[in-house]
Amino acid sequence: MAAEVEFASVPISVTVNGAKHEAAVEPRELLVYFLRDRLALTGTHVGCDTSQCGACTIHLNGRAVKSCTILAVQADGAKIVTIEGLARGETLHPVQEAFREKHGAQCGYCTPGMIMTAVDLLEKNAQPSEEEIRHALEGNLCRCTGYVNIVAAIKWAAEQMRGRNVSR
Amino acid sequence: MFPASFGYQAARSVEEALELLTKYGEDAKLLAGGHSLIPAMKLRLASPRYLIDIGRVPGLSGIRIDGDTLAIGALTVHADIVHSDLVRERVPGLSDAAGVIGDVQVRNRGTIGGSVAHADPAADFPVILTALAASFVAVSPSGRRTISVDDFFVDFYTTALAPNEVLTEIRLPLPPSSAGTAYHKMAHPASGYVVVSAGALLNRDSSGRCASARIAIGGLGSGPLRAKAAEAALQGKSLAAEIIAAAAAKAGDGANADDDFYASAEYKLHMATVLARRAMEQANQRASKKPALS
Repeated sequence: MAAEVEFASVPISVTVNGAKHEAAVEPRELLVYFLRDRLALTGTHVGCDTSQCGACTIHLNGRAVKSCTILAVQADGAKIVTIEGLARGETLHPVQEAFREKHGAQCGYCTPGMIMTAVDLLEKNAQPSEEEIRHALEGNLCRCTGYVNIVAAIKWAAEQMRGRNVSR
Repeated sequence: MFPASFGYQAARSVEEALELLTKYGEDAKLLAGGHSLIPAMKLRLASPRYLIDIGRVPGLSGIRIDGDTLAIGALTVHADIVHSDLVRERVPGLSDAAGVIGDVQVRNRGTIGGSVAHADPAADFPVILTALAASFVAVSPSGRRTISVDDFFVDFYTTALAPNEVLTEIRLPLPPSSAGTAYHKMAHPASGYVVVSAGALLNRDSSGRCASARIAIGGLGSGPLRAKAAEAALQGKSLAAEIIAAAAAKAGDGANADDDFYASAEYKLHMATVLARRAMEQANQRASKKPALS
């Protein structure tokens, strides 16, 4: 009885891709599973589940973070953007468009995380060098060895975004 | 992977966190960014019964100058230290260290207070903060105390913090304009954790000689080690390359390094001399770029 009270679910309120969600979550529920299993936002992937691979990267209050290493309860009150929140209707975000244009995806498993990290980079640095792009991707692993096209895609996206003055 | 079940409460203030710590005692752990604790809990290396989340307590984040001290709130994330102009200009060695922790996403979430309180022997901040003569402000129900870095890191994953204390601030004396700081690391290629690392603070006198030095080495033991023999070898000397190299050769003196999964003790001790030399050279270059104090 006491244990049930102690480990009781905790109410949280989060804004995900502009929509407010209220839920009661078990304290140990990880944010990535909250997004995938409760909100059915399965574009955010679980790769290594040990905060190495970056497949679960989302934006939490405007910063790229690994949602496998954050408890859903820690996100109470936060604004979250996932890969599903980047496009505007049928119009892809320039970074999404770039991954298609430059064949930045092979198997596609790492792609949502790569894109979320790239968007975070380009919001802070509109004209990154190749070295800066590669450095920014240090927390995202691609096991198809597709980095060349991923870097090319991010360069292409940076050019497009500078030309169009894109905001999210 | 999920952590074992635990009870959770978010504290809204340091006072509330202290009340909860007092209530739950050693069954509780404080949660900040969670980038050391949550992985350990997922692997069931840690299974605290209660988590007290201080991650959204106001007033514990940010970097400011307080007289001749740089004060860093315990909840300041690594990325904010990396991108702080104040840190880059006045204590670039700290910026060096913050910038090589984990990866972009980890630096966006992990906190300096969480890192030092976790006291991982392969972490970066303990090493540079030892070189920078930092101190740590801890608050408990009975008041506030300041712990010197030389007393703070006690053993593997163990600090001088008491179970009823909350770490609120990291403080370090602002190096004078005649001083330089640097941090160099050999990272494990997969994990990014420290295999061996070195932090240096060198202060030059008006003639360009070494007025004082603090050198710290990571990866050789249960926590950061002061390389006192190397420090002594610089004292009062010119900071010529051969003097620095001779001092750096003593960087591992007195260390009780063990072989581990990644490297032999012999190799780590050698790398300590290499990284200490690089850190000292860069600290000296940074010091010499600034106008010396009269």
